[in-house]
Amino acid sequence: MAGLTFALPRTVPAVKVRRRFDVTGWAFVGPATLIVVGLSLFPAVWAFFISRAKWNGISPGVPVGWTNYARLAQDPDMLAAARHTLLLAALFVPASIGLGMLVAVALNQRIRLIGFYRTCIFVPYVASAAATGILASFVFNPQFGAANQVLRTLGLPTQQFLESPSQALYVICLIALWGEVGFTTVIYLAALQDIPAELVEAAKMDGASRWRVFRHITLPELRPVTVFAAVWQTITAVQLFDLIYTTTRGGPLNSTQTVVYYIYELAFQTQRLGYGAAAAYLLFAVTLLLTLGIIWYSRRRGSEVF
Amino acid sequence: MRRLPFSPWHLLLMPLALLFVLPLVQMVLTSFMSNAEINQFPPKLIPSSLHLSGWTALLTETSALRWLGNSIVVSAVSVVAHLALCSTAGYGFARLKFAGRGVAFLVVVATVMVPIQLLMIPTYLMFARIGIVDTLAAAFVPWLASAFGIFLMRQFFLSLPAELEEAALIDGCGRWRTFRSIVLPLARPALATLAVFTLLSSWNDLLWPLVAISDDSRFTLQVGLATFQGTRHTEWSQLMAGNVLATMPLILAFLVAQKRFIATMSFTGLKG
Repeated sequence: MAGLTFALPRTVPAVKVRRRFDVTGWAFVGPATLIVVGLSLFPAVWAFFISRAKWNGISPGVPVGWTNYARLAQDPDMLAAARHTLLLAALFVPASIGLGMLVAVALNQRIRLIGFYRTCIFVPYVASAAATGILASFVFNPQFGAANQVLRTLGLPTQQFLESPSQALYVICLIALWGEVGFTTVIYLAALQDIPAELVEAAKMDGASRWRVFRHITLPELRPVTVFAAVWQTITAVQLFDLIYTTTRGGPLNSTQTVVYYIYELAFQTQRLGYGAAAAYLLFAVTLLLTLGIIWYSRRRGSEVF
Repeated sequence: MRRLPFSPWHLLLMPLALLFVLPLVQMVLTSFMSNAEINQFPPKLIPSSLHLSGWTALLTETSALRWLGNSIVVSAVSVVAHLALCSTAGYGFARLKFAGRGVAFLVVVATVMVPIQLLMIPTYLMFARIGIVDTLAAAFVPWLASAFGIFLMRQFFLSLPAELEEAALIDGCGRWRTFRSIVLPLARPALATLAVFTLLSSWNDLLWPLVAISDDSRFTLQVGLATFQGTRHTEWSQLMAGNVLATMPLILAFLVAQKRFIATMSFTGLKG
């Protein structure tokens, strides 16, 4: 994305009193820096110490070394949660990228009603994930939800949706797409509008079909955005919480329990702070690895994004 | 304007647009139905007449108005603090020379990597020790400033030509006055983007306030609704009325300032 490149600082030169200047500089950056660093670096280090203890937050913690991490690797609930999280990411990331790209190409056409379409497609992104979840549990309600009403009208069998252990995770993925496609669409749309019109014109003059123009000119130009979207949507999918909290709360039969939801339960429902912190560190490590993996893969394919 | 021929893209866009917006329409319509009407079979999608029972129940049986007030306070404090703190810090990192600037900026940017899930346990413990758990402060303190905000403002100030400020400084205008009366007025677009970003994130946040606040009278709207849904998951008109209350302020703001919202969205994604 254009806005996220590092530019070299262009400082105002020629002020002699260096010491006074230092005070001014820190007066400007100090408060915000203190808040940001104090609320992330310090707690992150503390979380590491907590993760190496058995602690309920009230009685004194007992240091247990790496035991929490070792137990997590064999905890069936953790493994199931990891499977659900990865499945969700594997469905959500490609779908949100593909759909976002398609909708962006469509919204980039000069046709009537385009303003109306754009507004409709972006509005869900503004709605909170919590409200989206509550609305979705109504729409997908097996008895009187609109989703089953549509199936009935089409003469198809009705479904249990969020109440079925085999369907709930897929439905949540659909709902997440509804709320998030606006984002991938917007960044693809911005990228499409940045493609120089001469490139496309030249290819058309040379007799390239629409599809070939898309395949050989548009798609390569969009690659940096795709890498960014892949990283961003992976993080979004892995950290999904609000939607699950307001639809299934991890059920039915734990079928939608993701790692983040499990951490929340461990730390704030069952007060196993040390174990929860260890799970959070594992999640952090895996997210970091996934992100680095995507960047490494895209570099090998020849896109420099980060 | 030239009349455009019918395009096959309509066949994709029209159903998609309806798919995205109809659930929101149904949300509003359902908030004006009676529960009997919602529960009848086959389901009705349009209310027979305007029933206000969901709304009156929401306003009398829950503290929804109080939650709305709390959300407004949390978002207002977050936006104002964000604008003040991130613009000054962004300016400092972009323009001022001082010892430790490079390191400090790198550390700030690096904090973006640390996810909320890792921070929530120690932050909760920290807030409990200084006694702000279960207060509105618990909800807005993490939103007072952000690495993203500092980064955004720094990038913007770097793109401004320095000559204007130099002239003011040479004329004897102090750093602070130069910033306030010369630089800040030029930064309006960046400030607007930052305000939208902060408003969306603080208003829509669920996980953190859910963790930090358990006192019903201090809930934000999102937490209040999520909790309320857990206990009354069959009273749909009431729930949908709450949903309208929680989403409409931002949807209306979006409709009014669509360009600004889209600019913010294309700068970063922000939903959890």
